[in-house]
Amino acid sequence: MTEPGPSPSRPAPGGLAASAPLVGRRPEPTVFELSSPGRRGWSFRSSDLPEWDAAELVPPGQLAEEPVPLPELSERDLVAHHTRLTHRQYSVDVGAYPLGSCTMKYNPKLADAVAALPGLASVHPMAPAQLTQGWLELLVELGLALEEVTGMEAVTLQPPAGAAGELTGLLIMRAHHAAERPDRPPTKVVIPDSAHGTNPASVTLAGYSVVTVPSDDRGCVDVAALRAVLDDDVAGIMLTNPNTLGLFEEDIAEIAHVVHDVGGLLYYDGANLNAILGVTRPGDMGFDIVHLNLHKTFAVPHGGGGPGAGPVAVTERLARYLPGPVPVGAADGSYHWTTPSRSIGRVHGWHGNALALARAYTYVLASGGDGLRRVAEAAVLNANWLRQRLRDHYDVPFDRPCMHEFVVSAAGLRRRHGVKAIDVAKRLLDEGFHAPTVAFPLIIEEALMIEPTETESPQTLAALGEALVRIAAEAPTEDPGAPRNTPVGRVDEVRAARRLIPTYDARPGV
Amino acid sequence: MPSYVPHTDAEIEAMLAFLGLSSLGELFSVVPEALRLAAPLALPDALSEADVLAEVERLAGANVACTGRGLAPGAGLVCFAGAGAYDHEVPEAVRAMASRSEYVTAYTPYQPEVAQGVLQALFEYQTMVARLAGLDVSNASLYDGASACVEAVNLASAATGRRGIRVSRGIHPHWRQALRTFAAGSGSELTEVALVDGHTSWDDDGGPAPAALVVQYPNFLGCLEDLSAARRAADAAGALLVVAFDPVAAGLLVPPGAQGADVVVGEGQPLGTPLSFGGPYLGLFACRLEHVRRLPGRLVGETVDVEGRTAYVSTLRTREQDIRRERASSNVCTNQTLIAVACAVQLAWLGTWGLRELALRCARATRYTRESLLALEGVEPLVGAPTLREFAVRLPADPGVVVDRMADEGFLAGVALGGAGVGAEYGDGLLVAATERRTRAEIDAYVAAMDKVLR
Repeated sequence: MTEPGPSPSRPAPGGLAASAPLVGRRPEPTVFELSSPGRRGWSFRSSDLPEWDAAELVPPGQLAEEPVPLPELSERDLVAHHTRLTHRQYSVDVGAYPLGSCTMKYNPKLADAVAALPGLASVHPMAPAQLTQGWLELLVELGLALEEVTGMEAVTLQPPAGAAGELTGLLIMRAHHAAERPDRPPTKVVIPDSAHGTNPASVTLAGYSVVTVPSDDRGCVDVAALRAVLDDDVAGIMLTNPNTLGLFEEDIAEIAHVVHDVGGLLYYDGANLNAILGVTRPGDMGFDIVHLNLHKTFAVPHGGGGPGAGPVAVTERLARYLPGPVPVGAADGSYHWTTPSRSIGRVHGWHGNALALARAYTYVLASGGDGLRRVAEAAVLNANWLRQRLRDHYDVPFDRPCMHEFVVSAAGLRRRHGVKAIDVAKRLLDEGFHAPTVAFPLIIEEALMIEPTETESPQTLAALGEALVRIAAEAPTEDPGAPRNTPVGRVDEVRAARRLIPTYDARPGV
Repeated sequence: MPSYVPHTDAEIEAMLAFLGLSSLGELFSVVPEALRLAAPLALPDALSEADVLAEVERLAGANVACTGRGLAPGAGLVCFAGAGAYDHEVPEAVRAMASRSEYVTAYTPYQPEVAQGVLQALFEYQTMVARLAGLDVSNASLYDGASACVEAVNLASAATGRRGIRVSRGIHPHWRQALRTFAAGSGSELTEVALVDGHTSWDDDGGPAPAALVVQYPNFLGCLEDLSAARRAADAAGALLVVAFDPVAAGLLVPPGAQGADVVVGEGQPLGTPLSFGGPYLGLFACRLEHVRRLPGRLVGETVDVEGRTAYVSTLRTREQDIRRERASSNVCTNQTLIAVACAVQLAWLGTWGLRELALRCARATRYTRESLLALEGVEPLVGAPTLREFAVRLPADPGVVVDRMADEGFLAGVALGGAGVGAEYGDGLLVAATERRTRAEIDAYVAAMDKVLR
């Protein structure tokens, strides 16, 4: 086996963070310790208004005698504090972030400029539609693009994250069954054992019970086992395709057939939609309900854990149940809000994470139809290249071509050398890369789930592959003290849970 | 072709050769032929960066934004609308820190050794939100105020084993709609409790004992509810008291936790987030320590690393969906971390006295606006209860039409209530808010325009 492209010992400027300017290993004080009473950073506009006292404005008994204690510091010290904190933080802009299923791709800076436009960012959500025609047009156009990408016929942009999209989709499923089978609506939803944890949690919150189906020896849904659990008490099935092992569910057409046969609906978890953009569509596979993670597939930045956006697209017959209001265009070129006839109701206080939606629309415009297909191709190419690079060095549970991500196992390393998946992850941090997803999916022992994404260059991939190969090779003399090159060493998670300190005020001695 | 995919044609060929493939299409050979798209996606061709910006600027230009200051013509509307989304200053320091790409382009801190920045910022956020709420513990954020309210109701149901929820009609109408939506799945049984002259009337409704009473403070109409009455009613029913608060009004008011709230939720937008057409906003969520194991979403705790240095980490993870799966009481994964970080920067920028001053300035501007409007002929208070940073009036005209005509005068006059707007149960009216951004000159001009429109 020969390695293509440049030698991996050459630099990988786009994806290796070993040279990041982290500021050493001394802890940064909390903002509360930096506070100096009487210091101030704030200022307000001159208003020329009457200066009524607080006691004239607040009824007796409700006025706080003492103000809420908050840090008092100069703007300079506040900015320095947060700048130092950011130096203690890994990010996509610093280096490669192969966190499986999370799709940590590069986030184009163009979208930052869009999200900062006053004509978008300074619009009140309750302003009448005639004052917000630009926003409504943007949302309608984004919705149409998402319908095209998913092969669906209607969409809601309200859900603010993937899990919120899941629950929204399941409540649509519930409304559908309540209307179609009012006397005896089904009570169960089927989920494969490889599913994201949000799936079963969402099913419970939607008032359904979970039926788990096992994966077969190819890592896909065991269709025989699925048939065995299907009956008219099944409301539907939630599937991720490609699944969390990075494998395409090749029997999807048959799965759709047997689920529809018992009156169930197919729910598509869009966490991995980036793998199939422009190649195939959930609608063509037979899915009825689809959520999309715009912070994954459409390059909305993840923000350290949000905000994202989780729109839900559905087939024509389910459009009447979508959350309302939805923006629509009229024949005269104007736009207005309308609520679907049997809407499940609002799932967000306003119109969803609007500025995240504007970022996703920017990405659609910049990519075009061809560019979106290119995203899938490069993502799948990168994942397969890295899988091939690693397959002689790690256990590969399902040794066949993958889609946008793949799972390797450190079970052999653990057996032979006591090195677990989490140890591999921590060592990789020392190599200047973020770690893959660890210990998921649950069906794989010592799983490392790796998603390189399409925005990493072959050089970065080669460096990442070389680092992972070296870590496996060094397992017999594994350094249990890793990571050593990070702002803090391995963090004591057990102590955090046992001696809970959730605020500065709960610190012993404060 | 976008530059975000870096591969050259030669590199693609080399990588395909390494895999024993001859074309990119072969990567998808596992996708059954019948399912493969026969034609490219029916989307426009890729645009250059400059062309994308021009197109989005065209759309932005088709909105009339709340960018008005000092009544310069054509500068956008001067904002007197609130209803849960407020036109506050966002200091440049907050904008700059919340734009740091290490914060913007990270993900959930699954590897704490390389995520101390986000984790410590969230720890500081949790501390400040807990102090504002007057409770022991805050989570690391939820999606928005509505979702925080839904999660609070779910927590109360799990804590009490009851399904009934009594929701004040002083709760934002959109939040009540969201509560109804999610109750279809959770099985919560919601009953709404009417307002009498702006205050929730907690008389026993004779129904089964509820899990929670839910009240907003100040409420949707801007009125300061009597939380001690709500606490008494909750005690009589053995229910939890959930209070939806306003983090700016908290600069003047006794914290809800000190007035008996078990769970405090809120919309964090007023602290560091622009109007943003409604999102992304920030769900505030705080509770008493006894409920911490039912806390929805992420929680950051302080601990140490192997060498004993202070470090931060996501903790009590066994509450969360990825571990508890179908037994989880919340499905939250991605939340609103970046907005929480902005809120933390804003709160530290304000500090103890800045938050007090902010609340005071909002209350003064609101009072001045209210008194000036009420001096106009035919304008009357919608309810009599005292208000703080927002108020509702009855107009001698259709409020929806008034809002439209006031826009021609350069003002977003407020939010129309009743048939033409939100919350039919309140009757026709106009909900008006004035923040620290409003000057006497702007308010005088607003009232003069209203006088003209109402004549």
